[in-house]
Amino acid sequence: MEYVVIVIGAVLVNNIVLSQFLGICPFLGVSSRVSTAVGMGAAVIFVMTMATIVTYLIQYLILVPLGLVFLRTVAFILVIAGLVQLVEIVLKKVSPALYQALGVFLPLITTNCAILGVAILAVQRDFNLAQATVYAIGSSLGFVLALYVFAGLREKMDLLDIPRAMRGAPIALVTAGLLALAFSGFAGLV
Amino acid sequence: MKKLESTLPNMFIVLTVIALLSGSLLALTYARTAPILEEQARQRRIRAVAEVVPEFDNAPTEESFSPESDPGTEIFPARRGEQSVGYAVRVRTDAAYGGTLEVMVGFDADGAVSGLSILSHQETPGLGAKITDSAFRRTFEGLRPAEETVAVVQDGGTVDSITAATISSRAVADAVQRGWNALEEALDGGAQ
Amino acid sequence: MSVTTMRREFLKGILKENPVFVLLLGMCPTLGVTTSAVNGLGMGLATMAVLLGSNIVVSLAKNVIPDKVRIPAFIVIIASFVTITDLSMAAFLPPLHEQLGLFIPLIVVNCVILGRAEAFASKNTLLSSIVDGAGMGVGFTFALTLLGAVREILGSGAFFGFPLPFLAENPILLFVMPPGAFLALGFLTAAVNQSREKWDAAVRRRARRVREVAATALVAGRTGERS
Repeated sequence: MEYVVIVIGAVLVNNIVLSQFLGICPFLGVSSRVSTAVGMGAAVIFVMTMATIVTYLIQYLILVPLGLVFLRTVAFILVIAGLVQLVEIVLKKVSPALYQALGVFLPLITTNCAILGVAILAVQRDFNLAQATVYAIGSSLGFVLALYVFAGLREKMDLLDIPRAMRGAPIALVTAGLLALAFSGFAGLV
Repeated sequence: MKKLESTLPNMFIVLTVIALLSGSLLALTYARTAPILEEQARQRRIRAVAEVVPEFDNAPTEESFSPESDPGTEIFPARRGEQSVGYAVRVRTDAAYGGTLEVMVGFDADGAVSGLSILSHQETPGLGAKITDSAFRRTFEGLRPAEETVAVVQDGGTVDSITAATISSRAVADAVQRGWNALEEALDGGAQ
Repeated sequence: MSVTTMRREFLKGILKENPVFVLLLGMCPTLGVTTSAVNGLGMGLATMAVLLGSNIVVSLAKNVIPDKVRIPAFIVIIASFVTITDLSMAAFLPPLHEQLGLFIPLIVVNCVILGRAEAFASKNTLLSSIVDGAGMGVGFTFALTLLGAVREILGSGAFFGFPLPFLAENPILLFVMPPGAFLALGFLTAAVNQSREKWDAAVRRRARRVREVAATALVAGRTGERS
């Protein structure tokens, strides 16, 4: 039950993109096609879950026992950058098909602040390892949901006649605002 | 100066030097700021406790403990001399409108709410954020969670919820009740 | 470097290549913390401090960092400045630190900073890297403060904390909530786009006039007349 609450909270109520403002860059950047959005989403689910587990272990097995919590930002971002590289190398060897699908998105993920953000939040909220993992999965699913819906909306907008000044980023931001408004209806669900 | 070549020893040495420099710089900054941060956190906790319980002369923040079933909740005993004057309980809940909500609720020696303060919240400014208004917080004073469950009027309780912010109000009422439950459990368990 | 190029380097970050309105970088803190003008200003200044620090160090160390490991080296440098900023703000500006919260450590993944280190500071002199960092930093701070001010005026009827008549009694709460962040930034970007087009047209017009004047002067000079 507790895990269900964490997942619903992370996916719908406190959606990391639409209410926590994490991962906005890929949200705006790779959302013009549904197919690329799905690829990016899959890569994020994979990396976010792995990164949260690894950084959680680093926090509680290395940084806290050694009293080095002030190195958290440095350690986490390096681990995430390294992890992304590692995933890329392993994926290339083990599953070329998957690498074909996700490969182009992996380098972009290092600077996706949602990954670092969720890793830090999982530690700040005093979760245990299982809760942190579920939280990471929920958050990444929330990212995918927001990205998928948003990409769908933007594909439809291709055919519309939009005022010159609003073309590109402005209309995308306004659309995201309306989507966030819709998601705010989920508030109070848990 | 010519740029260093990307040979393995070069790369290794440079990265090690950078990491060492950065590590020592951060350690230095941390050593300078840590005492200030600790003192700030201590003052904040003492103020939060003093705000919700009757006057005391012990150091509740040094004697705090948590109930076994709910390690996220912290209980601060307040005493004057040997006499217990009440307890402050810090409760965290995720049931609020905007995510995590943290309150400090005080109970006097008779088990009535003696004060309530909102430690942190992410409620909507102008609506849910009104839970920090003293008018709302004062409606909890004198309630006895042991006799009647603390709840908003909509849920059959006595607390008037804030207009258009029932969920935030409900979360606070729920936190107060949970604080009492945790305290009761801890005291029954003979923790004190 | 001449004063003119220096001024151009500085100004490009504020106007033509504004990191927020034009390049659309650093969107997370832009949307996340701008519920008031003060928050926007604080976040902008914190980011600028990190940006200046990393630009200076990267520019100084550009020759001793081998190419293949430059990105991890940059990341460590940036992350160190972020942590120093984080700790100092927590110690000396606790209320602001609490307001900005998670977004301070997240400065480390702000694309503006790594972007400037990689694209500018690692290839340019110390002085121009400082100017570049200052320009980008001021541009970022300006954008965040503007967005924060707009959201604060509309959403809580105040400007830098001072209540405004009428608006304070009738705040449009939506603008301090998450959807309002997207909407306000969307319309501000549209406004910037619109005025940039006008601005560019004006610049082109002015350039044409300068050319015409120069041509006339040239012709006049040749025929020995004075206009």
